[in-house]
Order: sequence, then C-alpha cells, then structure tokens
Amino acid sequence: MQFLISLHINPAVLDALTDEEKAAIGSGHGAFIAELKESGELITTQALVDPSQAVVVSVVGGQPVVTDGPFLEAKEFLGGFYLVDCENKERAIELAARIPDAAITGLGVEVRQVMFADGQLEA
Amino acid sequence: MTGADFEGLLRELAPQVLGTLVRRYGQFEGCEDAVQEALLAASVQWPGEGVPDNPRGWLVTVASRRLIDQLRSDHARRERESATAAEVVPEEVPGTDDTLVLLFLCCHPTLTAASQTALTLRAVGGLTTAEIARAFLVPEGTMAARISRAKQRIKAAGSSFRLPDGGEREERLRVVLQVLYLIFNEGYTASSGGELDRADLAREAIRLTRMVHAQLPEDGEVAGLLALMLLTHARRAARTTPAGDLVPLDEQDRTAWDRALIDEGIGLAKASLARPVLGPYQLQAAIAATHADATTAEETNWPQVHALYLVLERIAPNPMVTLNRAVALAETAGPAAGLALLSTLDGDERMAGHHRLLSVRAHLLEKSGDPAGAYQHYRRAAKATASIAEQRYLQARAARVKP
Repeated sequence: MQFLISLHINPAVLDALTDEEKAAIGSGHGAFIAELKESGELITTQALVDPSQAVVVSVVGGQPVVTDGPFLEAKEFLGGFYLVDCENKERAIELAARIPDAAITGLGVEVRQVMFADGQLEA
Repeated sequence: MTGADFEGLLRELAPQVLGTLVRRYGQFEGCEDAVQEALLAASVQWPGEGVPDNPRGWLVTVASRRLIDQLRSDHARRERESATAAEVVPEEVPGTDDTLVLLFLCCHPTLTAASQTALTLRAVGGLTTAEIARAFLVPEGTMAARISRAKQRIKAAGSSFRLPDGGEREERLRVVLQVLYLIFNEGYTASSGGELDRADLAREAIRLTRMVHAQLPEDGEVAGLLALMLLTHARRAARTTPAGDLVPLDEQDRTAWDRALIDEGIGLAKASLARPVLGPYQLQAAIAATHADATTAEETNWPQVHALYLVLERIAPNPMVTLNRAVALAETAGPAAGLALLSTLDGDERMAGHHRLLSVRAHLLEKSGDPAGAYQHYRRAAKATASIAEQRYLQARAARVKP
C-alpha cells in the first residue's frame, strides 16, 4: 500500500525554533530517510521551498495571470512529503510518528493512502 | 523458441537451480544472487545460441561459478575454484522437492508479508527485481532494498534448508498459501500497463500454486486455493468494461468467462470437498464454483451459497465472511434479513466505515425500496474506497438511485 505522508508547516513556528531545534529536525529527517531506505519502504521524498516563494497561476480570458504568494490564506502550508510503500495504514501511521515534525506543536504530519499513480518510477 | 517460451523455461528452472545450489553450498543469500546472474546470462545467450542440451546443468554450472567468484576474493583461488566448478558434471538432482523447500524458506515467518511476496516472486518465480518492482508500482531501488533486507533476515534467522516437520510444516504451508493468495489478489484487484502487468502477477500466482499442488496433491487446501484462483481468474475478461469500469457478478456476460479454467476449477473444488478436513480455501472455492455453475445470475443456487458461507463463518469467523453471507441471505430470505445480519457488524471496529460494509448496505437498501438510504450509503462507500474503479462504480450506482 502506498501512502503520502505530507508535512504541513507553519513558517512562524519554524522561525521561532532555536538553531539546535532546527538542526535536530534536519538530522531527524536524515535518520528517518536512511531507515526507510534500508527497510525498502521509501519511494521518494521531496521538500518544498518557503510558501513566500510560491506563485499562483490562473488563466483569465485565455491569458495566464501570475500572482505572488501561496494560494491558501492560511497559517500552515505544505512543506514537503514522503511517498512510502508499506504493509498497511497502521505501519504508515507508525512511520509518520517517527518524523521529528510530529513532536512539534504547530507542525502537522498527515497520512493519506494513494489511490492512483502514473508516470516514471525511476526519476 | 519464442521469447515467452524462454521466459517460461527460465521461470520453471529458476527454483530448481536455486534449490540445487542452496543444498550444495548452504547459504541462501549468495546463491540467490548467483542464480539471478545466471538467469540473466541465459536470457542473453540462449535466444541467439540456442538452448543447451541440459539447460538446468548449464544454469547450475554458471551460477556455481558466479557464487564462487563472489565467495573468493583471492585471485588465484578464484581461478582454481572456477575451473573446478566448470568441470562439475551437471548431475540430476531431484529438483521437485527443492522448490517446495525454497517456497517455505521465502515465506519465513520473520519476514513481513510484503517481503515474503517479493522474495517468493524472485527466488521461486524467477522474476527479476525490476519486473517485481513494476508489478507492485514501486521504484526498482525500493524493491531491491526490500529483497536484500529479506535475505539478510533469513540469514540472521539461521534457517536450514529443509522442510519443517509435522505441525510446523502444516503451519508454514498455510503461510505459503497466504502469500500465493496475496500475489494473486495483487494481480486481481487492479490492472495497469507495462510489460509485466498485474494480470501476469495473477498468472504467476496460479503457476506457483499449480506447482505446490503437483507436489502435495493430497492437500485439500492447496487444491482449494488453486480452484479458487482458477475460478476467479476465469471471470477476468467479464469483470470490467472496455473503459475499465467494474461489472458486478450478476451483470457479467457469462459467455466471456474462460470455460476451460472454470471446468478445471469446478473439478478441483469438487474433488477437494471430498477431503475429510475442510479449510477456508476449499469453502471459498466451493462458493466460487456454485456461482460458476449457474448459466445466468438468476439461476445461482443461493441457498447453497448461503449454507457454504455459514460453514465458513463457523470454521474461520471473520466480519468479511458475515458480510458476504448477508448478501446470500438477502437473496434467499429477502433484503430485510440481509440488513438485519449486517447490523450485527456495526459494533465491529474492523468494519467501521469500511467501504464494503457501506456498499453492501447500500445495495440491500436499494433492493428493499429505500433509494434515499441507498444513495447516502453508495456515496459514503465511494468516498471510503481506495480504488478508482470501485469509486466510479459506486458513484454510478448512487447516480442511478438518486432520489
């Protein structure tokens, strides 16, 4: 079963962390990735740039209109994700709980099963 | 010989060659890698140069050489050992037994079901890591990591290459059957493109189950599982529309069912029912055979289906069995009786919000003349499923009963 474990960040919460705390998150992800690779459960993981770097594209009257900033008017934004292939939902939840973000109030870790996939597997 | 013939021959020989090597050299991990390399060499050389007179001996010799290459890093010793390996006269080792031992080893209880499946397909099925990865829709690196982990675990568990005895053997055979059924279901539930699509996975599961059945013809559950797979696989062409939409059993074009597979499945199911001890696969095969026996959906012998589910519920209690029995009960005693049986599942944690419970309830509500209730449940079931084909089917049903 494939699951998307998405990391929802609040940039204000991240900014408020100390340097040690930020470093701990970084190394926590590193260890988590190594573990997933060894168990053969990691398909891919990607981190996204800060939401302030995002633009929203819409087509109005056949012309593309580009607006600076994220689409959502929210405090929390998608910061990145893990795509895993594991035994069942319980295992996906167990994995998600090991992500350092899950232990920090204000950062969210969400688990959802993949329903359809297409495209190249080997990037 | 065509490409498919080569592939078939190699898959047939793979477990025999691996079994011979493991028996001779003891270690599973290195032997498995060596056999994969030998298979690769054969698939490159044979189509051009022709199949050698003794293909199994050829594979054993090449794999032994590779193994010894791996084992000895010292150059001089490697030369000497390879020369010796090349001289080995391919001997006839009874290969049939070894395949079963291999299968038992790959379904080692310390492995997760996903690892058991992958290892079985590679070591016994002779599939490459790339083929298995494609079939399970994961990158090759992911599958390679999983297989190498599984091999390490087997090594760590210190398994010896022999069939377990008595009760342990019986227990392990159940795991083997479960893994084969898992492989089959993986191929049955979805379809996608690619060289090795999921129908091939179902065919591979059938081939491996046939192999086990050939070695254990007296085991009723092995026969039952094979019958169940054949009867299910026979319906494949009728199960979806050309657009990929699901067609429920009662609406399938029964002339599109594979008659030869059905006849074989029914024969096996009937023969296995005569065994003194009945297991869940035999009963499920008997249910599938009852469905296959009816030329139209209306002619289905529902009292018999219901009775079989009743026995199944007794020997292997499981909310899914009760759910299926509710469908059969509704056919014999009316939708109200089916709905009443369903309500006994409401307190079951495993079933709460399960799309199968929601969709069966929707179906029975529709039959009992409650389109509003059916609409709600079809919609909820569509949201709860992780399969697009099923979601489209349930949404179509919802649209049909929309009040």
